[in-house]
Amino acid sequence: MKKSIALVTGASRGIGKAIALTLAKEGIFVVVNYNGSRERAEEAVREIKEAGGDGTVWQCSVADYGACQEMIAGIVKAYGSLDILVNNAGITRDNLAMKMREEEFDEVIATNLKGTFNTIRHTARQMLKQRGGKIINISSVSGVMGNAGQVNYSASKAGVIGLTKSMARELASRGITVNAVAPGFIATEMTEVLSEDVKKYAESQIPLGHFGSPEDVARMVAFLASENADYITGQVICVDGGMSM
Amino acid sequence: MLEKMREIIAEQLNCEEGNITPETSFKDDLGADSLDLFELVMALEDEYSVEIPAEELQELTTVGAVMEYLKNKGVEA
Repeated sequence: MKKSIALVTGASRGIGKAIALTLAKEGIFVVVNYNGSRERAEEAVREIKEAGGDGTVWQCSVADYGACQEMIAGIVKAYGSLDILVNNAGITRDNLAMKMREEEFDEVIATNLKGTFNTIRHTARQMLKQRGGKIINISSVSGVMGNAGQVNYSASKAGVIGLTKSMARELASRGITVNAVAPGFIATEMTEVLSEDVKKYAESQIPLGHFGSPEDVARMVAFLASENADYITGQVICVDGGMSM
Repeated sequence: MLEKMREIIAEQLNCEEGNITPETSFKDDLGADSLDLFELVMALEDEYSVEIPAEELQELTTVGAVMEYLKNKGVEA
């Protein structure tokens, strides 16, 4: 059987890196997309290869529509197909709404929401030709429940949920599934910057009592990317220790 | 050109080649939905090495309209 090809955006660190490593362990060739952190992306590919998998790095800002088009076309040209797309690239610019600068809002929407559209826009065509494919968008419980200080981030992640459902309906007749995974508090660099007080409070809101690991999210993504999830589309799966129920 | 078009259309839309004439409407006669049309256009783009912008899709409702369009794009029969 031909090896599946996956693109994971923002895969040089955090949840994206864990997803890349997990998919690679399943025998999938993983394109590790990064924007700024070339060395760390290369390190991720080194780890993939050390674990017996295969992959490559690919620079592209997902906020750039034209660059995404080039990246997707380049991947298809180089590897022959694109079977799994994981939209993970995301940024935060937390601030209270009344103090938030316009750029802080726009940047988060541009990367998290429009970036998800940009890659899907160009990947859908390829998956249509292949008559199959799996698209997994990383949302957030912030997009499900809202979160003070994150009007930009939660709006972008709620937007990803709407996009996921619409896209799932558009592509369902061709066997292409589109799902969202909404992580809660996961121990990554993104949450490391939170103060001890905020972390303590966050933990008190999680029924399972502790932050999740990037691998907790990665295993769900790997499941949705596998044929075990062929009958699942348009869903939002919260990997959050029960926080959003 | 009609022969080749028939072949591509029949394959993409899963219908009988014999039923396809220049007057055939993709939507009304062949029951194609918008995704079907999109896929058909992709197949035509590959076959004739042309690019058909998405905005022009809505004008291409019949087999004849597509043939006319391709001729205007310089595709030889």
